[in-house]
Parts: sequence; structure tokens; C-alpha cells
Amino acid sequence: MGQIELKGVTKRFGEVEVIPPLDLKIDEGEFVVFVGPSGCGKSTLLRLIAGLEDVSGGVIEIDGTEATTLPPAKRRLAMVFQSYALYPHMSVKKNIAFPLKMAKTDPKVIEEKVANAASILNLTDYLDRRPGQLSGGQRQRVAIGRAIVREPAAFLFDEPLSNLDAALRVNMRLEISELHQSLGTTMIYVTHDQVEAMTMADKIVVLQAGRIEQVGSPLELYRAPRNRFVAGFIGSPKMNFVEGEEAAKHNAHAIGIRPEHIEVSTTEGLWQGKVGVAEHLGSDTFLHVTTAHGVINVRVGGEMGLRHGDTVWLTPDASQMHRFDAKGLALA
Amino acid sequence: MATQQSRSAARLMMAPAVILLLGWMLVPLIMTLYFSFKKYLPLRGGDLGWVGFDNYVSFVTSSSFWPSIQTTLIIVGGVLVITLVLGVLLAILLDQPMWGQGIVRILVIAPFFVMPTVSALVWKNMFMDPINGILAHLWRFFGAQPVEWLSQASMPSLIIIISWQWLPFATLILLTAIQSLDSEQLEAAEMDGAPVLKRFWFITLPHLSRAITIVILIQTIFLLGIFAEIFVTTGGAFGTRTLSYLIFQRVLESQNIGLGSAGGVYAIILANIVAIFLMRIVGKNLDA
Ligand SMILES: Nc1ncnc2c1ncn2[C@@H]1O[C@H](COP(=O)(O)OP(=O)(O)OP(=O)(O)O)[C@@H](O)[C@H]1O
Ligand SMILES: [Mg+2]
Repeated sequence: MGQIELKGVTKRFGEVEVIPPLDLKIDEGEFVVFVGPSGCGKSTLLRLIAGLEDVSGGVIEIDGTEATTLPPAKRRLAMVFQSYALYPHMSVKKNIAFPLKMAKTDPKVIEEKVANAASILNLTDYLDRRPGQLSGGQRQRVAIGRAIVREPAAFLFDEPLSNLDAALRVNMRLEISELHQSLGTTMIYVTHDQVEAMTMADKIVVLQAGRIEQVGSPLELYRAPRNRFVAGFIGSPKMNFVEGEEAAKHNAHAIGIRPEHIEVSTTEGLWQGKVGVAEHLGSDTFLHVTTAHGVINVRVGGEMGLRHGDTVWLTPDASQMHRFDAKGLALA
Repeated sequence: MATQQSRSAARLMMAPAVILLLGWMLVPLIMTLYFSFKKYLPLRGGDLGWVGFDNYVSFVTSSSFWPSIQTTLIIVGGVLVITLVLGVLLAILLDQPMWGQGIVRILVIAPFFVMPTVSALVWKNMFMDPINGILAHLWRFFGAQPVEWLSQASMPSLIIIISWQWLPFATLILLTAIQSLDSEQLEAAEMDGAPVLKRFWFITLPHLSRAITIVILIQTIFLLGIFAEIFVTTGGAFGTRTLSYLIFQRVLESQNIGLGSAGGVYAIILANIVAIFLMRIVGKNLDA
């Protein structure tokens, strides 16, 4: 249970078509991440699946039955909101119990399930607190707890970690991944952070302006991006693009080369350049090198002892090069 | 206000305001207390000397005292219930996106700008008049005998008039509170399987509790002293004599300043009991 299929789903706000007809199939137990720049329609798509927005056209099927006009409560989906959307006047316990109470569950069963969810999420000590007395991470866990107790067919997350600080985000990322492992329930996760997408997803859906640019596993997208948008969006630091005669040498309008696939030498190489900014992270060094083909970002493992103004030579790894035509589509 | 100098300068600057305020409050209070211990009949001999607590005793033992307290509480309670219930409903309605929202909101607020005397007169003459009032016409249109509102149903009429005046205030406060409700909370509740009424009961209403206590507090304070509406409609007849109206009658109609002043002191005590009681509730609600 937990298979979701969108067939030709469209969404218009007045005259504006935010989501042009879109097809997508999400398999049972999958962890699917919607990723894309701000305003591309990720939240809208999630809200369409949840039933919080009406579709302008198309069909949504959940577990093989049509759910297009089903009210949110009947879709057996649970959502975790970016703002957590906890009920501020209820204790943590009551917050988590709320969906069960609405379903008129036996109080004894409620007690059990809440205790169970609280122990999974390390919330047992906070059950009697109000959301206002919790930290951001704890609030996030309460929101997840409220979703877990419903035993939904699928979980929907809308940028659940964007209000947390960097360290906590890494932690929660792990916790959510672990939760997915142990529950095995379908999860749809919206984020604009490609690191979250890469680390958590079974399947990434890259969106731009409401259109699906590419669907695939993180490594598929990394190795074989279908177009320049996906190539630039997936991977950190971003892929370098070179146009002009260098690209023409490879029979392409543009070539793309990831910062980690460029070799740096202080003596010889293909492209000569000057180091602009060097970001020293200890484990890696990110160099911004100004060359005749524009600024190229390079990742060097460890510490290289290069600084601003040094002359370096760059050699891209030809086997890891991506070629694009004038429309931005990848050439095989 | 760090230095000695700036502190004394501040005191000097504030002094006029403080003195004015103190005078404003203290002079009437002291005069009321002063007169309440005197037999003072301006048209029947003037100051007839000290009488101790006689005025207090005769004010309370008068047959009009308890009915007037009862009337006051019924009016306050009735108006509170009506304005809160309708206020919440109107606020929810006005919060919905709809055509002409701006104009509708102004229309809803409008009654608050009409002076109490004027609105009471409008209600008395245009709506509730048994011969020419709109309601009378309506009753006759359906073949019914027009109601003599202000005499046959004096209290409900008065409560309707006062509620009409205070509804905008309640609506306005509740509307701003509703607008601050995070819509994601309602959506979360919707996904959690709460239908409309349960969402209202479990999410919206608790969110409004603070605004509701503020409306109760402010309206109670103003409604305890309601006067103009009674004066121009029933003139205190037909069981609509509130405590403040009773005091007015003792002082101006019976020309008994001492007795009226004693009533005034009771009114102060009543208002303070209510105020303390309300402050407790509000304080609790504002803390949370
Ligand atoms: N209620 C609405 N009325 C009109 N336009 C809307 C409405 N909601 C969203 N939009 C538009 O739809 C587009 C997609 O919005 P959406 O919230 O789905 O973006 P998003 O991908 O979630 O972005 P972000 O990463 O910033 O959250 C935006 O251009 C937005 O302006
Ligand atoms: Mg969004």
C-alpha cells in the first residue's frame, strides 16, 4: 500500500498554469524527493497529492483507486509541514493523539500508539509540554509523530528541515532516513536542497517551472543528467559549463565538467588559469580558477597550498565529460 | 534615566500630568464619598448635615436595588453572549475571500461610529416603533399584531440595541485574531481527519480564546455603566433600570445627592469586583 500515480495532472491559479500536464508514478515503499528551484511548484504538487488543492485537470490514483476528488482526510496520507503546524494550545501528547482522536480510536489504543511513537522519536520526556516549550528539532519530531500514529499509506514532507540549523538538519536527515528504513512506508519529500535530495532519495524528481526535467536515482542523475538544468542542479559544487571552441572540439554546443573531475597541476595541463578565491575546508579545497573559458570551479582533495593569484593548469577528465546541444539537451 | 539629575528632571516633567490625573480621579471620588455620608437635598433644604451610613442602608434596602443589579447583569451577560457568538461567526465570514470584502468590512464596523444616543433613537423610532417602525410593518405584512417592543419586550429590545452597537467591536478584534491563525494548522487538522466543525472547535476557537477574553473584559467595563440607550428608549421603565440608571434617578429625579452618592460607591465596588474577577481570568489567558 502506498502507490501513487499522477496522470496528466494540471494546476492553474487563475490564468497562470503553475503545473502543466504531468505524469508521475511513485512505487510502494519508495523515498521520492521533489527537488527544484524556489517557485517551481514543488509544494503545489505535494498539496495536490495531499488533496489540499484541487487539480485543474488530470487524475490522481492512490493504490490503484481514483482519489482525484477525495477529501484530504480520506486519502490516508500524512503531511509534515515546513512550519510544523503543531497545535499550540495542546500538549505534545494531545498533538500526537489528535488524528487518532478524530478517528474515534479507543483511548487505550491511543495511549499505546502515542507512547510507541514517542519512544521511536525520543519524545517520551516531553509529552506534557506545549509546542512553544520545545526546540525546533523537537517540534519537527512531534510533527513526524503526529504523522506516524496514523499509519498512513504515504508520508508527505514539505521542506521539513529548512527551519533547522545545519548540524540539526544533518541529524534529522538521518533520522528520517532511518524512519523510512524501519517503517518501509512510501515517502514524498520536497526540498530545494540538492544535498538532501542526493542523500535521502531512492528516486529524485527534478522540477523546473512545474515540468519534470528528469526522474531517476541520485546516481543516475549525477552520472547521466538529461539536460543542462539537471546537470547544473545536481551535484555540489555546481558543474562547470564551457561553450565555444572548446565545446566544438567535442562536437557539442556546450560541455559540462564537474569540479571533482578536473585535475589541477602547477606545471602543466590543458587550460591555464589564475586562482581567484580558494575555499579551504580541510578535507577539500574549492578553487575558483579564472581561465580563458570563464571561471571554472575545481575541487581538490585535501590541502594543495594554492592561494590567490597562483597560476595553475586544469585538465578535465574526458571520460567524465557531459556534452550538450544548443537546446541544452544531453548528447549521448 | 541613569543619573540623579535626569531622574529629577523626569519627575518634574511628569508632575503636571500626574497631578492632573490624580485630581481628575480623586476629586470626584472624594466628593462622592463626602456626599454619601450627608443628607443633601438641593431643592428641599440643601445640606442637612452628617447622617453616617444611613444613605448606604437605605440605598440597599430600597425595593429597586436588587432588581437593578439583576437588570445590569442580565444586560451585560446578554450583550456579551450575543456579541461574542455573532462576532465569531461574522469574523469567520469576513475572513473568507469574497467579492467586495473591503466595503463589507467597513459596513460591519459602521455601527460603532454611531453615537449611542443616536443609534438608540434610530432603533426606537425607525425599527421598534409599534406604529411606524419597520418591524411593525413586517409583523403586519405577515398578518400579526405588531409587538410593542420597548414596553412588552423591553429587556430583549434593549439587549438587541446595545448588541448592535458593540458587535462591530467584537467582530473587529476577533477578525484580527482569526487572520493571525496559521492556515497550515487548519490544513494539518484537515489532513488529520477533522471535519469543519471539529476544526473550528479544536483549532480556531482555542486560537481565539485570548481575543475573546479581551472582548469580555473591555465590553464588561463599558456595559456596566450603560446609560444613554436606556435614557432615550425606556427611561428606566418596564424593568430596565440598571444600577447606573438608578443612581441617576436618585440624584436627578429625587434630588437626593447623598443617596445617589452612596449608590455610586456601590457601583464602584461592583465594578471592582468584576474587574478583579476578570483580570484573574485574562491574566491567566494572557500568560499562556
Ligand atoms: N494560491 C496561489 N495562487 C496563485 N499562485 C500561486 C498560489 N500558490 C502558489 N502559487 C504560484 O505557484 C508557483 C509554485 O509555487 P510553490 O509554492 O509550489 O513553489 P515551491 O516550488 O514550493 O517553492 P519554494 O521552494 O519556494 O517553497 C509559484 O510561482 C507561486 O507564485
Ligand atoms: Mg514550497
